[in-house]
This record gives sequence, C-alpha cells and structure tokens, in this order.
Amino acid sequence: MSRPRPDSPARLVPRPPALRRRLWNAAAQVACWLAGASVVLPLALIVWHLLAKGLPSLSWAFFVRLPKPVGEPGGGMANAIAGTLVLTGLGALLAVPVGVGAGVWLAEYGRGRLAALVRYTADVLAGVPSIVVGVAAYGLVVVPMGRFSALAGGVALAVLMLPTIVRATEEVVRLVPHSYREAALALGAPRWRAVQQVIVPSASAGIVTAILLALARAAGETAPLLFTALGNRFWSLSLDQPIASLPVFIYDYARAPYEDWNRQAWTGALVLLLLVALLSALLRLAVRRLPGRS
Amino acid sequence: MPTLETPPPLRTELPPPRAEVPPVPAEPGAAAAEPRIVVRDFDLWYGSQQALKRISLEVPSHSVTAIIGPSGCGKSTLLRAFNRMNDLIPGVRVRGEIRVSGVDVHAPSTDVVELRRRVGMVFQRPNPFPKSIFDNVAFGLRLLGLRDRGELEARVEASLRRSALWEEVRDRLGSSALQLSGGQQQRLCIARALAVEPEVLLMDEPASALDPTATARIEELALELKSRYTIVVVTHNMQQAARISDRTAFMLVGELVETDETRRIFTRPRQKLTEDYITGRFG
Repeated sequence: MSRPRPDSPARLVPRPPALRRRLWNAAAQVACWLAGASVVLPLALIVWHLLAKGLPSLSWAFFVRLPKPVGEPGGGMANAIAGTLVLTGLGALLAVPVGVGAGVWLAEYGRGRLAALVRYTADVLAGVPSIVVGVAAYGLVVVPMGRFSALAGGVALAVLMLPTIVRATEEVVRLVPHSYREAALALGAPRWRAVQQVIVPSASAGIVTAILLALARAAGETAPLLFTALGNRFWSLSLDQPIASLPVFIYDYARAPYEDWNRQAWTGALVLLLLVALLSALLRLAVRRLPGRS
Repeated sequence: MPTLETPPPLRTELPPPRAEVPPVPAEPGAAAAEPRIVVRDFDLWYGSQQALKRISLEVPSHSVTAIIGPSGCGKSTLLRAFNRMNDLIPGVRVRGEIRVSGVDVHAPSTDVVELRRRVGMVFQRPNPFPKSIFDNVAFGLRLLGLRDRGELEARVEASLRRSALWEEVRDRLGSSALQLSGGQQQRLCIARALAVEPEVLLMDEPASALDPTATARIEELALELKSRYTIVVVTHNMQQAARISDRTAFMLVGELVETDETRRIFTRPRQKLTEDYITGRFG
C-alpha cells in the first residue's frame, strides 16, 4: 500500500495501523465462525446422544412390531409411527388449505379491520401454549364425541400448525415481485387468475417451506396429544379411536420404571427425528421442482 | 361493452390469427383517419395531487407515438391510463375521456379485463413469469380459454417470431424464462403481450434496463411491429424517440406541452419549452 502524500486528503482521516486492523479482522472472523458453529452444536449433540442411546435398540422389529406387554422384552412401535403419520397428516389436511388460503388472502386482499383481526388472531394463536390447545381440543372434540380419538389429536395439531402457515404464507406471497402482478393483470388476467396462476406458484417454494416448518413442529408435539389422541398400545388407524403417537410413546416409556422401555424411548426419539428429517428432505426435493427456483 | 361505434368488435374469443407477412395498412373498412386512441381533457389525481392536467391527444393507428418528458412529468401515468393500470393504485381519480378504438376506457360499463386484452403492455423492467418460455407466451392465450395444444404452439411460435426471439429460443421453449438475458426477457414480454392479438401495444421505457445492443433490437422491433399494431412508447431517451417514433408528445409537470410529427418536434418545435428540453437546457 502506498503511503499517502503529505498533502493528500487521505491523511486527514486517521488510520489504524495495519496490524491492529488485521487482528480485528481475524477476531471478528473467529467470532462469526464460533457463532455459526454454536448453532450447529445443539443439533449435533442431540443427534449424537440419540444415536448413542437409541441405535442399539433400533431394529427392523421396531418398525413393524407392536409394543409387548409389560415384562416381555422386545416389541416395536409400528403403531406409534403410523399414528404419528396419521395425526400429522390429518393436522396438515385441516390446517394447510385454511392456512394457505388465509395467508394468500391476507397478502393479496387483506385490508381493513377483518385483516387486522385475522393477523392478530394468528399471532395470539401462535403464542398459545400447546397444552392449552390440547385442553381446548379436549373440550371441543373429545367431550362431545365421548372418547379420545385420532380426530381430536389431528384437530389439536392443526390448530398448532395454523398460525405458522398463515403468517409465513402471507410473508412469502408479499415477497412476490409486484411486476408479476402487473404483468398478469396487463395481459387481461382477472385478479383471482393472477393470484392463482402467477402469484401463488411464484411463492410456492416459500409456502411449502412454511408448511414444512409447521409439520415438523407438530410431528413432535406431545402435550396436545395427551388428552386428545391419548395413545394406544394396539394397532389402530381409525380416526374415531385413540391412536398411538411417537411423542406420547416416548413420554410414557421414558418415565416407565423398566430399563427396556427406557431404551425403547431413546430409539423412539431417534426414529421421530429421522422421520422429521426425512419429511423435510422430501419436501425440499419437491420444492426444487417447483417454478421460481431457477 | 355497449359504447362501440367503430369496427373492431370487442372480442370475447380469439380472433383468427392474422396473416404473417403482409402488413395491415389500416383496418379494412375503418376510416383510416380515425385515431386509435383519443384522449380528451383528461385529468388524473393521486389523492389530492393532480398528476395529469387536461391532456388531449390523438394516437393514429399503425404508428409509433413517443411520449417524452423529464422524470415525474406524468408520461408513465398517462400510458397506464390507456389500459387502466392506474386502477391498482389506491386513491386515483380521473376526469375526462380516453377512447381506445372508440371504447370509453373509464366508463363504468367497460370491462377492464377485456380492455387489457386489447391494449397490451410492456414494462420498464423485463418481468417474465417464473415459468417456462412457452408458458409465458401462452399465458394470455390460456386466459382466453385456449387449450388446444397445436393451436397454442402455433400461436406461441407466431408471437415469438414477431418479437424476433424465435430463432434464439426454439430449442428450449420448456426452459425457464428467467434464464434468458435481459434483452431476451424483454422480447419475451413483448411476445407474451402480442400473443393475445392486442390492437395497441404500450411500452413503458422498454429499453431503459437494457444494454445498447438489446436496446437497438427492441427499437427495431417497435419499427417492425407498427405495421400491425399501434404502439405508444414512453421514453426519457430523446434519441430513442427520434429514432423510432412517427409522432412525439412532450409532457411537463402533468401537462402536454406539444405533440406533433417527430421530425417537426425535433427540428422546429412550436413551443419554447419543447425546444429547451430537446436541446438539453433542462430535464
């Protein structure tokens, strides 16, 4: 670096010595790196711990067998794995159409009081503790039906998923460049066609991500299922019957005084994690095929 | 739409594709003198601010009309009044009259969707949809309900040829429009607008985001297309106006200062203001 001439204006700006500047740079880089690493660390620890504790009991039987009665070793969690899929699937079935619809409406048409109310409600709903949602679903579905059921669990999960989907969808739809809207309308598209054929497809990658976040969250929920889906030690996929789920299974088995059950709880946790990871990988793959990603 | 005196009937279905080569000198049967767009005493407000003041202007068929003027003079606003794109902006009020092919654009009975099919628009920044090249051009046709694959393909090809893009994209109609260069994207947007057979093509500074080569191609295209369409182009580039337009309208702070044949505007303008602007004394 050339030294500024005495008469150059650069001299008026005091410069830190090069060494100090480099040290600062290095320190800042290390700090950033550490911050980045500490984001990965918790997940890495969880995965490592789950692998260490859960892998030994992981076997094919775990995926295809039903739980054994107390005292008998072995068995699996086929019913809980299927149950979790049914419950999150049902939750998504209920929450996705409503949530995406509401989000698109908020972004494209939502003005005035009603929109403000919807936004506010979604935000409040997002802050409601999941156990409270479970209690509400108990009161609204379980009590009238007269029994615990997969349906009640699905409803509870749907309510939990809804605010995430609504607000995230609204955000990503808002991000669609205004020029797409103009182009579609200038071609003679009625407003709803522009929304349906250009705006929503352009935002589809973001919408799928929103759904994915909500799904992953819901798949691991325990509290709202405790008094809605309840749990079931037998194979059942009926929507009007209690149904098993991995989180509740883990909760029960981890508290149990049997070492074999505790081991299975770890394995269940590992399977749940893998399930969520698999789900998110599949959805991301699907997103890549959507338009707006090139 | 009831207020229809002059020939081309409002289409709710697609017209037959026009013959490819011979330019249409004027709509047969129509009085050649009848201007395609007539603006009479047109005012427009954004809220309480008046953006256009008593604009009166005629745009002849099958010509290129340039609207020039410094930034903020209202030239884009005027252009967007022709296909009512200003409707998207809350708080816009208008007074006066704009007729396109005889149809009162702002009449309550006018179907704005139909109007926009007849008055195509190309924007300042190329804005292809994040879809394939084919789907971009086919968009308007599909809106009209065209489903037949062969028919779609024929029309997409015709539009791409007219916008001088066909040779460059014929082998990759299925790939994303966003992979094209800026100039190609703009020509794609022109093809997309042409596919629905509009009568008028509005271009809002169509080359301002493009490099000189791409700009030259867009200008050539405008010259070619005027045999078939009526083109109104907003530009802040006076050389561009001089190169491509038959008539030029000069606007300043919401008013139309002067409109005349381009040659005349650039050589012997009637108004002192026009001369000052053209010679670069302000703007």
